[in-house]
Amino acid sequence: MGRFEKKRGKASPEVSTASLPDIIFMLLFFFMVVTVLRDAELKVTINTPEATELTKLEKKSLVNHLLIGKPIIKYQATYGTKPRLQLGDKFANINEIPLFLEKHKATLPENQRQGITSSLKIDGDVTMGIVADVKTALRKANQLKVNYSAGKRAQ
Amino acid sequence: MGKTSSRDRMKNEINAGSMADIAFLLLIFFLVTTTIAEDKGVLVKLPPWSNEPPENLKMNTRNVYSVLVNADNQLLVRGEPMRVEDLKNNTKLFISNPRKEQDKAEDPRKAIISLKNDRGTKYKTFLTVYNELKAAYTELRNEEAERRYGKLYDRLTKDQRAAIRAQIPLVISEAEPTSFGDEE
Repeated sequence: MGRFEKKRGKASPEVSTASLPDIIFMLLFFFMVVTVLRDAELKVTINTPEATELTKLEKKSLVNHLLIGKPIIKYQATYGTKPRLQLGDKFANINEIPLFLEKHKATLPENQRQGITSSLKIDGDVTMGIVADVKTALRKANQLKVNYSAGKRAQ
Repeated sequence: MGKTSSRDRMKNEINAGSMADIAFLLLIFFLVTTTIAEDKGVLVKLPPWSNEPPENLKMNTRNVYSVLVNADNQLLVRGEPMRVEDLKNNTKLFISNPRKEQDKAEDPRKAIISLKNDRGTKYKTFLTVYNELKAAYTELRNEEAERRYGKLYDRLTKDQRAAIRAQIPLVISEAEPTSFGDEE
């Protein structure tokens, strides 16, 4: 007993916590930098419909995005209010789809190419005309795996 | 205690212990608010493109379930108007044909859903209709899986799933859209 009491008297027990905030801040900055909010700027307004039969897109590198919707207010003066196609981060015509698909394909190794999925993000109020044209272009480019992006509908 | 000189006061440190808590709070806030955007959607396999017009296949009309959507987003199913809410159950009845009626599919393997829309149809309606048709198949497969193996379709092994798929193949054929309605 006596020995324990002696030891306690000698030691100065407190560990300095002054560097703890720095460590936590470092973690904080790490998360702030790493979280990507959105990869491409949206130039069209998209409000996807809701559905129940949803499939998750697993491999992000195997997915290319085709967006269809009305241009946002900023671009309505130049591009009008009719629904437009957006590929990557700019407006595009239907006939640019094959090149867009080919560019994406070139970034992938050959053995993964048959798993490529096209994610169609289309505004619910767009009429089927432009959608049908895009679908035809995809079929002609032999890109047949398509995912109509949709939100989850509450049952 | 006399007057403390200002230099003495400078030596006093602010307690930095609570800084960690503040930083933690910020960290947790960011962790909670960042939602990693999930990409979900209705998966569809498009038919390959061919320049030749499709052959005029002779189909037994009892095996074809034609669904037409017009530019006013109304449904015409086998010549009769129908509400979207009833589509799933009617499709299920058509495919499974539990009472062996003369006007419904002979067998789920022979059933074909034919979907046709107009260029003026709203995408929202199209996707809802497609979703209902797919849901009908999903429910039928789940029922069959439950009956055969006592499990949901998603929980089955690969071989079991293939067996169910062979019994109830998903055939939704999309025709070229008509162009009567106004496009945007």
